[in-house]
Amino acid sequence: MAKHVVAQAADVPPGERISVEVNGQPVAIFNLGGEFFGLLDRCPHMGGNLSEGVLVGLVEAQKPGCYEFSRKGEIVRCPWHGWEFDIRTGESRFDPNRWKTRAVDVEVETAEDLKAETIDVAQEGDYIVVEM
Amino acid sequence: MTVETVQNPGLAPIAEQKLAIADCDIHPSPKSVEREVYPYLDKRWRDHYETYGMLLRQPFQNGPAYPKGQPDAARRDAFLPDGSKPGTDLDFMRKQHLDPYNVQLGVLNPLRSGQGLQNPDFAAAYCKAINDWQIAEWTSQEPRLKGSVCIPYEDAALSVKEIERRAGDKNFVQTFMLIRTSEPMGNRRYWPIYEASAEAGLPIAVHAFGFGGSPVTGGGWPSFYTEDMVGHSQSAQNLVTSMLLEGVFERFPKLKLVVIEAGFAWAPPLAWRLDRIWKQNRAELPHVTRPPSETMREHVWYTTQPFEEPDRRGHLKDVFEWIGWDRLLFATDYPHWDFDDPARVPLPKADEATKRAFFYDNARQLYGV
Repeated sequence: MAKHVVAQAADVPPGERISVEVNGQPVAIFNLGGEFFGLLDRCPHMGGNLSEGVLVGLVEAQKPGCYEFSRKGEIVRCPWHGWEFDIRTGESRFDPNRWKTRAVDVEVETAEDLKAETIDVAQEGDYIVVEM
Repeated sequence: MTVETVQNPGLAPIAEQKLAIADCDIHPSPKSVEREVYPYLDKRWRDHYETYGMLLRQPFQNGPAYPKGQPDAARRDAFLPDGSKPGTDLDFMRKQHLDPYNVQLGVLNPLRSGQGLQNPDFAAAYCKAINDWQIAEWTSQEPRLKGSVCIPYEDAALSVKEIERRAGDKNFVQTFMLIRTSEPMGNRRYWPIYEASAEAGLPIAVHAFGFGGSPVTGGGWPSFYTEDMVGHSQSAQNLVTSMLLEGVFERFPKLKLVVIEAGFAWAPPLAWRLDRIWKQNRAELPHVTRPPSETMREHVWYTTQPFEEPDRRGHLKDVFEWIGWDRLLFATDYPHWDFDDPARVPLPKADEATKRAFFYDNARQLYGV
């Protein structure tokens, strides 16, 4: 396993998400109030891209007619069949033990912590130039 | 960032397959009624559309009777880049659907086609326009796509005219209806439609929903969308039962019936129950000359989307065998939200030839293409 730099943290503000490809696998990265979480960007049901789903909260009812709403924006709803997944764990809403989408570790690191090969990027006038 | 690999439980996708697909339920829509449908609609009916709108025979006139699982009942990724509604652009459909899934035959089933409109003449004019539109915007531009003859089915005489107009036209492969007609579908008022379709070699294809005024369940209007979704199989059982017991297939032995988007696992137990009660009431139904299950087996096809998804795939194997693999037609329902992916549906284990038939040959044989 290797570390891959996929974006600048500032480009994904709270409540937003992006889809990236890592080792040929699509990964959805979500920012929940400043914390980053990753899920395999493919619903385990039929393969819809979770990164294109809406973020909803957790609606629960202890009995008919009594609703509780919590965890606003922490559940992603698949853009195809609406299966809901907990962004923090990848567990499905309807059967968390059996159906889950792969959770992917996401960290925010400063440039100094990274031991990746560096690529020189320089700005020359109005142009960003990559030198490698 | 590190990537950890946790095995997903549940259904494993069937082996990556490059099989050709016949998709028997694709929903195209006009991007703009004014731009795409008006050219085929008389001025008189354009004015009607603008003055009165398109009112259906159902409560909740300002929209569908139930909410949908996603906006416009569509996959969220099927909206066009410019925000236009899903199913409105041939090129996008090719790129997102026909090409990647290797769809070699796609059957178009337009849903807002004028069917079920209260005004029978407007229904007829709009259906005719939608049929012209299918040719102009879709089938004439993409040989993989075939159209459905939309008819104003509550008026049999007007419907027969439209069927006769399209008979022999290779742009169309079936006559299209919606399940919840105002009388059960076996009622004699609809027989001229069946006669004309059988004559033209067009199967009668009946899609879930409908605007005959009846609720989706036999017990009234339910509260929730989920009840609407499962209710389609109840409606479908009513329609199949009515057609069998009214003697439609005895009267029109060449008639073929395709039930679309209403499930299929209900069919075997319905057949068993029908046979039992038919035996007990022979004197009531002398015109039904053989066990209903035999007629069903011979005359009825089912599209599989949305697949029933039992925990054990083996259960579906029995269902497939009871119905007959040759009577099941694969469909995705593209671009709708409850889309079935051909590589991910829980297809029972079968040899390659059987799979090929299920995904492609059954439809080609039925439609003669």
